[in-house]
Amino acid sequence: MAVINNIKAVTEALDVAMDRDKNVIVFGEDVGLEGGVFRATQGLQQKYGIERSFNAPISEAMFAGVGLGMAMNGMKPVVELQFQGLGLPALQNVIANISRMRNRSRGKWTAPMVIRMPMGGGIRALEHHSEALEAIFAHIPGIKTVMPSTPYDTKGLLLAAIESPDPVIVLEPTKLYRAFKQEVPDGYYTVPIGEGYKIQEGNDLTIVTYGAQTVDCMKAVEMIKSTHPTASIELIDLRSIQPWDKKMVIESVKKTGRLLVVSEAVRSFGVPAEIIATVNENCFDSLKAPLARCTGYDVVIPYDRGEGFHQVNPQKVVEAIKKVLDYKF
Amino acid sequence: MKYIGKFDPQKDEVVRVMDKDGKIINPKLAPSISDEELIKAYSIMNLSRRQDDYQNKMQRQGRLLSFLSSTGQEACEVAYTMVIDPKNDFFVSGYRNNAAWLTMGQTVRNIMLYWAGNEAGAKAPEGVNSLPPNIIIGSQYSQATGIAFAEKYQGKKGVAVTTTGDGGMSEGETYEAMNFAKLHELPVVFVCENNKWAISTPTVEQTKSLNIAVKAIATGMPSIKVDGNDFLASYAVAKEAVEFARSGNGPVLIEFDTYRLGAHSSSDAPDVYRPKGEFEDRVPYEPLIRLKAYMIAKGIWSEEKQTALNEEQDKHIAAEFAWVEQNKNYPIEDIFNYQYAELTEDLKDQLAEAKEFFAKYPETKDGGHH
Repeated sequence: MAVINNIKAVTEALDVAMDRDKNVIVFGEDVGLEGGVFRATQGLQQKYGIERSFNAPISEAMFAGVGLGMAMNGMKPVVELQFQGLGLPALQNVIANISRMRNRSRGKWTAPMVIRMPMGGGIRALEHHSEALEAIFAHIPGIKTVMPSTPYDTKGLLLAAIESPDPVIVLEPTKLYRAFKQEVPDGYYTVPIGEGYKIQEGNDLTIVTYGAQTVDCMKAVEMIKSTHPTASIELIDLRSIQPWDKKMVIESVKKTGRLLVVSEAVRSFGVPAEIIATVNENCFDSLKAPLARCTGYDVVIPYDRGEGFHQVNPQKVVEAIKKVLDYKF
Repeated sequence: MKYIGKFDPQKDEVVRVMDKDGKIINPKLAPSISDEELIKAYSIMNLSRRQDDYQNKMQRQGRLLSFLSSTGQEACEVAYTMVIDPKNDFFVSGYRNNAAWLTMGQTVRNIMLYWAGNEAGAKAPEGVNSLPPNIIIGSQYSQATGIAFAEKYQGKKGVAVTTTGDGGMSEGETYEAMNFAKLHELPVVFVCENNKWAISTPTVEQTKSLNIAVKAIATGMPSIKVDGNDFLASYAVAKEAVEFARSGNGPVLIEFDTYRLGAHSSSDAPDVYRPKGEFEDRVPYEPLIRLKAYMIAKGIWSEEKQTALNEEQDKHIAAEFAWVEQNKNYPIEDIFNYQYAELTEDLKDQLAEAKEFFAKYPETKDGGHH
């Protein structure tokens, strides 16, 4: 077992997958020799050759479409978009073609491909580099969307995505790429798409989160002890956005009666809204407080000087926890 | 190379073998093609034309959805699909490709099923590598490029042929795909059927390029312009282009100079936007008239044969449409079953919910508004 960070976990997953199957190839902007802006593919070209790890011309719509063509014809492309916000031209192909190919051809052509992209804020980047658009992907039938937060999950979910017969969007929180390290098994393993991870058990409140906010929530759960020492909090890292672990969340809220969903994305029409609606449909009789969300605001993601206002932070989560825990009918 | 590189798109040179009356004007450019192949090609063109006419009638009666007719463009469509192997090569289509689909081995029945609103029609038969119609134009160029990449990467010998129109060539993705295909020297033949109209926008409002073929120049790939209503010229160039790509020379762009005789779709009215007299001027150049005249002069076709072919094809088309009308609906499972390789838990629940509802209120299946 090696102790590695998230970015290394991406590299390892790709390395393992490419080693196992020569139809797995990676490409995207600057992905080749340099290994991409975050170095996720560093060393792969040297090891597997320019045919299997290469730079694509800057034309995201095209290379998403090319990935689809490859996938339909027996390959396993892993396409890298440099940043979620910069990859928007690819969205057309994701929504209009990749997600629909199996359905529109009644199963004759399928798109077993992966599109990876760094996402989210907190890295002092320029405009269009900090978006959290997971709700857009989750809203599209025919694709699956995952967002790991730990090196173990990053490697396992990426390998599961590559193995998947369906197209998978892998969202990688940029802020966590080098935030911490973790022991990760060598070689091949997968984390099943659609299964959440319970970070800690609790009885009074369920917090559901994913991506970079997992870390914020873990800190908040520690911080809340100073004012609510007896509060017992169940913390769930969703890991997969669509499909998501409804069963785990519903069971948890039935037990705790309270829910807080935390996400850095803008508030309206987002993943937290979906989770809250589902819990409302399934757990209404168990609820002890209004279902709550802690998110970014419905504004254009501010540049660096203002980004801190927008980002979820542990104190914001603490305040949201207090509101739910202290609620009185 | 007899054609590619010999006709300069920058001088707007056009490959043409026959005149509008079917007389061979450039014998040196004529392809070698057997009488049987010629009759087969003409038969498919004729079938496609009659199917278009029939579908237009059915659409007006509200029995088919809006569809996009290939009338006027049959020669090039048959030509560029006839020169590939449906099993080992690929056709990545646009939405106006009836004659090409038929040539690939897609059936009249399936095509009609598709326009009747059943996705099963988009599933080409076993051994027919013909992708579903691409409604959003431009993307088919990327998909074909990816398919061609996989062919080359896996050491197979297949070629991908993909097509769009003069309007589609304004989409950035067509250039992006050609650029990538040339970078990797992929076996793709990019086709543009320049039919002069993108819905109601004429080519002159689409581009200031001298022609469409020159758009390939910036990518470094060769391109060529052909009279797309001349079957012999279209066949000759398409055959050479496919061989060129298959032999590892990289991609080619072919511009077929053609004309859309019908409306953009069965839902629009070209009389509103088409200049007076344009259609009438173009009719004499349409491909069926020209090829038929050539075949009659060659002694391999006759009015009697034409009448017999029409009768046979009309009977087939009507029978297939009758089948489609009887079988166009599908069970509720089919809207769920093809989203993912396996039904997700969520979709299982939603399917159960839908089944329960429609068991109770089956009459609302058509929207419940009637």
